[in-house]
Parts: sequence; structure tokens; C-alpha cells
Amino acid sequence: MIIAEQKPLNEVIEMLEGHSRVLVVGCRSCVAVCLAGGEKEAGILAESLRLHSDLKGKEWEVEEVTLERVCEKEWVRGMDSDIEGKDVVLSLACGVGAQVIHELYPGMFVVPGVNTISMGAPEEQGIYLEKCGGCGDCVLHLTGGVCPVARCSKSLMNGPCGGSQNGKCEIDPDTPCGWDQIYRSLKELNRLDLMETAIPPKNWRPSRSGGPRKTVRKEAVQTDEEKKIRGASP
Amino acid sequence: MKAASNLQGVLDSGQFAVTAEIGPPKGANPEVLRKHARNMKGYADAFNLTDNQTAVVRLSSWAASLVCLQEGVEPVMQMACRDRNRIAIQSDALGASALGVRNVLCLTGDHQIFGNQKEAKNVYDLDSIQELMVLRSMRDEGKTWGGDTLDSAPQLYLGAVENPFGDPFEFRVPRLAKKVAAGADFIQTQSIYDMERFETFMDQVRERGLDRKVHILAGVLPLKSAKAALYMKNKVSGMSVPDEIIDRMKNAADPKAEGIKLCVETIEHLKQVKGVHGVHIMAVAWEEKVPEIVREAGLHPRPVMMEPEH
Ligand code: SF4
Ligand code: SF4
Repeated sequence: MIIAEQKPLNEVIEMLEGHSRVLVVGCRSCVAVCLAGGEKEAGILAESLRLHSDLKGKEWEVEEVTLERVCEKEWVRGMDSDIEGKDVVLSLACGVGAQVIHELYPGMFVVPGVNTISMGAPEEQGIYLEKCGGCGDCVLHLTGGVCPVARCSKSLMNGPCGGSQNGKCEIDPDTPCGWDQIYRSLKELNRLDLMETAIPPKNWRPSRSGGPRKTVRKEAVQTDEEKKIRGASP
Repeated sequence: MKAASNLQGVLDSGQFAVTAEIGPPKGANPEVLRKHARNMKGYADAFNLTDNQTAVVRLSSWAASLVCLQEGVEPVMQMACRDRNRIAIQSDALGASALGVRNVLCLTGDHQIFGNQKEAKNVYDLDSIQELMVLRSMRDEGKTWGGDTLDSAPQLYLGAVENPFGDPFEFRVPRLAKKVAAGADFIQTQSIYDMERFETFMDQVRERGLDRKVHILAGVLPLKSAKAALYMKNKVSGMSVPDEIIDRMKNAADPKAEGIKLCVETIEHLKQVKGVHGVHIMAVAWEEKVPEIVREAGLHPRPVMMEPEH
């Protein structure tokens, strides 16, 4: 899932400056799980903004709505009546969700209420760890199921750097060394031979280096004809 | 094969090699570099110019290497993966060779969190093993990594580093083997205080026959004080400093002299370790002590196999 974190309230208030009719949009998916932008957080943030407005005499009108998945147009389209009359949307969805809102309501000013951080998983309640850097060329089969791109601070591909000590990364004693974890995993899998195999320079083209990535599932793409029949919008 | 550099000449002839480190200045004035180069000339076979070590901005390694050439001393240009992608790495290697810099040390590089540009966007397109693969293919096949044929191949003598004290310890020698397979001609180690662990490392190196495939230069770093020793033990990742060393520095009447003495003793010991083909002296911000250390360790005068050209 996508991990995000709410921006500090004072930054949010600053972004809203010059606007007064605010729609706070929450999302019930990833950002709800990491407690950054679900229904509850949207409610609390909206209430804080109302309080701020009352205290400062700003006369903001703040409403909130929470969608199932803000990253999918189907869900966002249903927001027409909520957005009516607003002059700013404060999105608590991830950066993808915020951009989908902008695409569907291009005249509306959309501001981010969260910082989108990574693709990760909850470690335990309240702790979320990055697991994948979305490099587009997965090597987990070579690294014992632990990602070297996201979990090594230097994205090394051929084993730990000299700074790896006692299972920790050199950058911080609280950060596990990704390659130490890879090593343990390969040892347990009886595949230490993979540690000794040189992984040549990686193809970063499917990663960010190829520009924005587009994924096409040909069999699922509708022809113009089909779109007409089914009434789907492009 | 004709030696690409003086360092290669010394190592290939089986003599015990000496390299030393010069930290380029935090500024544009090359005078201090020239001074170090002149003072240390004749006391090492080649001098490493660090590449923005600990991610602190300094005069660049390639420019510092050229200053050394101008002073008639042979440089080892360090090239960290942190700040360069494969295009810059290949281009810098061609430029270095063109201007007479032959020794290139391939390093992953310290993370920028340790430096004075913590907000930098790091590169790490390649790791040090991949850097070796790329540079070797340029030298031996006359090709860029992308496959283009170079109109002339660079003349390079390739080095890498290994830390016998990093973890997981069992993987340090296999990692060294990986560097050798990727193209390392010589290896410089992290500085050695924990001789026991280093000897275990070397046992494993010999077991795999790596000492016959690569020249290992054991790293030494003279300590100035007990505080410095403690700092290294606690703050520098991938370092092992036994308590005896710290105590010895603590109890010394003249800690600086003791640090030099300890360093010389370490070198004397390392000369006896089978498979160690030289030492690499890292007298960080204490470069002026290098001649003394080299003399005391009985490693002066140095053989001259090749004069640097530029
Ligand atoms: S190798 Fe790439 S795709 Fe696979 S987990 Fe790591 S970043 Fe994600
Ligand atoms: S210590 Fe481990 S995680 Fe940190 S940069 Fe080195 S190899 Fe990567």
C-alpha cells in the first residue's frame, strides 16, 4: 500500500490562504490504513480547520467527504455535488488521488494535506516501512525476497557496503541494513550462491529514468467502438 | 602486460607497496595539495585523492589528481558512485586516462547523510562492483558499457576497497572475491586496529586463493588521541577498535607519538601477514607525518618503476 503522513496543520492552513470554501477529501484505502487520510482523519482535520476559522474570524466553510478510492476516476466522479460551490479541495488522498481530483475538476484548486512517502507495509500498529521503490524491474528472486532498491540506503545491488554493522545501516542505528536482511534470508534459503553472483548494472529505464511510466494491458483496453457502446468516457 | 602505473609496477614486481591518502582542501586553493605532494614525494608509490569523502564538498578528486601529476607524484583517483551515474563515471575515466591519471579507485561512497549536503539527491546508479565491471570493460574490451567501441581504450589500473570489519563478517571475503571477479587489480582495506579479525579475514582470503589474484594493501590510520580512537570505535560505522588500543592511547604520556609508534608497529606486523602486498596510510589531516611513518617502518626509499607523465 501507499504510505502517507499528514502535513502539519500550520502548513495546511497556509496553503488554504486566500480560499474560504473548503472541501476536505479523504480516502478509505491506503491512507486510511496508515491513519493519514481516512474518514476519521478527514473529520478531525475539517473540525480543526473550522476551529481555526472561528478563532481567527476567517469565516471559512469547511465540509468533508471520504471516497472509497480517490485514485480511481469512477469513485471521484461521484463527488460532483460535494465540490459544487467550493473554491479549494484539500486532498488527504495520496499524491495520485490528489492528481485524479485535479484531472476531473480542472478548474478547482487542489492542495495536498498529506505527504506521500512510499510503497510499504505496516510493520506493527503505527509503524510503516518502505518495501518497494517501484523500480519496474524486480529482482526479488535474486535477493531472497528483500528489496535492495528500497531497503538499502544506497540501493546497492551486490552486497552490503562497508558501513553495515550488527545488522544496522551506517546511516542510522535505527535503520536495518537491507543487505544484512538479504544475507540472512539467502542463508536461510540455502542460496548464498546468489550473494556471490555479480548483478550487472541495472536497467533503470523501467524506473523513473524512462520518464512517467505508462502501463498498458492491451486486452483490457476498449476500442472507440466499444467505448461508444458502453458509454465509458475516455 | 605493460604496467599502466608506477603502483602497478611496484606491485607486479612483488615489492611491498606503499600508498598514502591526501585529502583535497575545502576550497579552490590548490597550494596545500601541492605542499602535501611535495612533502610526501618519494614516500609512497602513489597517493589517493579522496572524492568528497564523507560527502563533504571538497576540491574534486580528478582535479587534485592533476595537481599531483604537476608535482611529479602519481595519483590514485577515487571515484565514488554516490555522485555519478554510469555516463559520468565512464567519461571521467576517459578524461583521467587521457591526462595521465592511471590508478582509479572504485568506491560506493559514504551516504550524503554524513556530509554537509544532507539534502542532496544521491545517484548510486552503479555500486562499486558494477563500477569495476564498467571500467574493466572499457579498458579490456575498448567498449563503453552501452556497447559502443571506443576509438581508444583508457589505460587504467583499477582498485577497490574492502572492509574486513563490516557485517555480515562471513560475507566480507566473498564480497572481496566478487570485486576481484569484477575487475579489481588492487584492494585497499579499512584501517586496521583489530588485528585478530583482520588475520581471520586474511586466512579466508588465502583459503580462496584471492591473494594470488589481487594485491591487498592493508589500511592503517595513525591515531592522534584516545578520543580519536573512541570516536572511531563508536561513531564510524564499519570500524573495530579493540579496548587495548584505546587504553594504550589513554595511558600514553605523549599520545601523538604513541599513535605514530602504534601505526609503525601495525605496519611491521602487516608486512609479515601472508597475502598482504602493501600498506595504505590514511593520515587524515595529518599528512605531514607520512614520511616519518614510512621511514620508521623501514619502507624508505621507495622503488621508482615509472615516472608519472602528464
Ligand atoms: S526490486 Fe524494484 S520492483 Fe522489486 S521490490 Fe525492489 S523496487 Fe520494487
Ligand atoms: S549499511 Fe546496508 S543498507 Fe546501509 S547503505 Fe550499506 S548496504 Fe545499504
